[in-house]
Amino acid sequence: MSRTKRLRATLDAGPVTYLLVVLVAIVSIFPLYYTIVMASHTNAEMAASRPPFLPNASIFGNIHKALQIAPLNKGLINSIAVAGCITLGTVALCTLAGFAFAKLRFRGRNILLGVCVGTMMVPTQMGVIPLYMLMAKWGLAGHLSSVILPTLVTAFGVFFMRQYISKAVPDELIESAYMDGASTTRVFTSIVVPAVRPAMAVLGMLTFLTAWNDFFWPMITLNSQNPTIQVAFQSLATGFAPQQSIIMAGTLYGTIPVLIVFALLGRQIVGGIMEGAVKG
Amino acid sequence: MTTITAEPAAGEEISRRRPRRPRAARSRGSRIAYVYILPFFVVFAAFSVYPWLDTAWVSLHEVRLSTYDQHTWVGLANYRNLLSNHYFWNAFRNTVTLGIISAVPQLCVALGIAHLLNHKLRGRTFFRVAILMPYATSLAAATVIFLELFSPKTGIIDWALQTLHLPRVDWQGSKWPAQFAIASIVTWRWTGYNALIFLAGLQAVDQELYAAASVDGAGRWAKFRHVTLPGLRPTIIFAIIVSTIGSAQLFGEPLLYHGGLPDGGTQNQYQTLGLLMYQQGWTNDRLGLASATAWSMFVIILLAVVVNLLIARRRERRAAR
Repeated sequence: MSRTKRLRATLDAGPVTYLLVVLVAIVSIFPLYYTIVMASHTNAEMAASRPPFLPNASIFGNIHKALQIAPLNKGLINSIAVAGCITLGTVALCTLAGFAFAKLRFRGRNILLGVCVGTMMVPTQMGVIPLYMLMAKWGLAGHLSSVILPTLVTAFGVFFMRQYISKAVPDELIESAYMDGASTTRVFTSIVVPAVRPAMAVLGMLTFLTAWNDFFWPMITLNSQNPTIQVAFQSLATGFAPQQSIIMAGTLYGTIPVLIVFALLGRQIVGGIMEGAVKG
Repeated sequence: MTTITAEPAAGEEISRRRPRRPRAARSRGSRIAYVYILPFFVVFAAFSVYPWLDTAWVSLHEVRLSTYDQHTWVGLANYRNLLSNHYFWNAFRNTVTLGIISAVPQLCVALGIAHLLNHKLRGRTFFRVAILMPYATSLAAATVIFLELFSPKTGIIDWALQTLHLPRVDWQGSKWPAQFAIASIVTWRWTGYNALIFLAGLQAVDQELYAAASVDGAGRWAKFRHVTLPGLRPTIIFAIIVSTIGSAQLFGEPLLYHGGLPDGGTQNQYQTLGLLMYQQGWTNDRLGLASATAWSMFVIILLAVVVNLLIARRRERRAAR
């Protein structure tokens, strides 16, 4: 008993711990907060010998100007469509494949899984030139499906679902279902899917965030007429905004929605990342 | 590394199940398994494997964007070109230095933060979500924001330096300050994420071991050295490999840091391999050369991962002795 007490004592947070944790939180949040400040002040105000640390109402006018320079609303809508489709596709296809790799036995299983995991080392750069030409040939260049199709599955997703299904669904349960004459389809839909719904949610959130924030391939295949929000940011930064406040207001406008969703689902996302770390 | 952990588990399961599984069910399951992996592999083959192989093929040719179907065979000339190419080696060095100055501090700080968060904290969900906010911020937004923070006229960082009577720094034109600024964007975005990965690893370390170490009279540092680090080793190796793969492909941050130009600064002072590949392909219209760069990046990642694993294995063996 005294042992566990001493263990607890070493893990109790003292004032120094709190101080450091608060400091880390400030460093994490300050650039985002200061974006709000920068979005409300002109270049001259920012260059003053005492720069401002509080936002004001001129931010709304600046957002309005930013919306005229960059297609941010279109970008947001496109990003929701793109990230939504990618999330649905990834979760569905990776759960199917993850189930097969975890619970079904077939020739070449370990080799295929190994190859799949190994491909996580391949850089995005290695595929973009043929993809670019392929999309041009199919007439999909500049179209949202040119972003969705190549990102529809990830090797990580298969590996993640495989690890979870291996642990979350007992073999005995599947075997007894087979004994009762259930088909593999039935095993999948009535036993596996209900059991791994939490993992599907986690994979869904992580995939959505990754797809939402993806930059390299969307930048190559899309243009400023039909951008995702990340590509729209680029036209904000490289465009002709006369004031940094307008660039910041636009960046803020395009970032706030995902940050709000993130804050609401924060606990689940944190749990998902940590769970994925242990399982993976 | 992930393969290594995956294989034994799969093998175990097979040997445990083989004698008990009824024949009919097994054969039924084995044939239908291909149906389950088919959709994944169709998409994967069409949009991942095929482009990778085609990139290899293109890298042996002279190809232009406008006339993509006309390939002129040049053999290994593109690769030879890279080996003697000043821009390639410059980009290689920049990728390595940017990778080191972003990944090393990031992982060390993340380890420290994970240790802090492993305490019993009031409001711990708030802190965990807070340190993950940068991860939710896209690299495009983060780079645009940091560009403003580092701005020579209106940036708060210059103001802070002046207030502290420190010399002003040219965050754009000078090589190391610019690389430091770009690395700070990467570090800001990924430290919290890695801290949570480490925290998960920490919480999986057997608490009894700490108690046992306390009984043996181990201090804080000894516990960290002999209980925490060995317990976290797989997680640390995993994080190192993931950040190695990520930093080898660094692209968006240095691109937007120079206003969307792929040259990586006026003197290419922060041009990475990812930027160089894009510049060769889309600015200079030399797809063969760009493809050769892309494949070189893969080889570099492969070598880096193998070196990481070898070091890790040797350490493990030494620790076991």
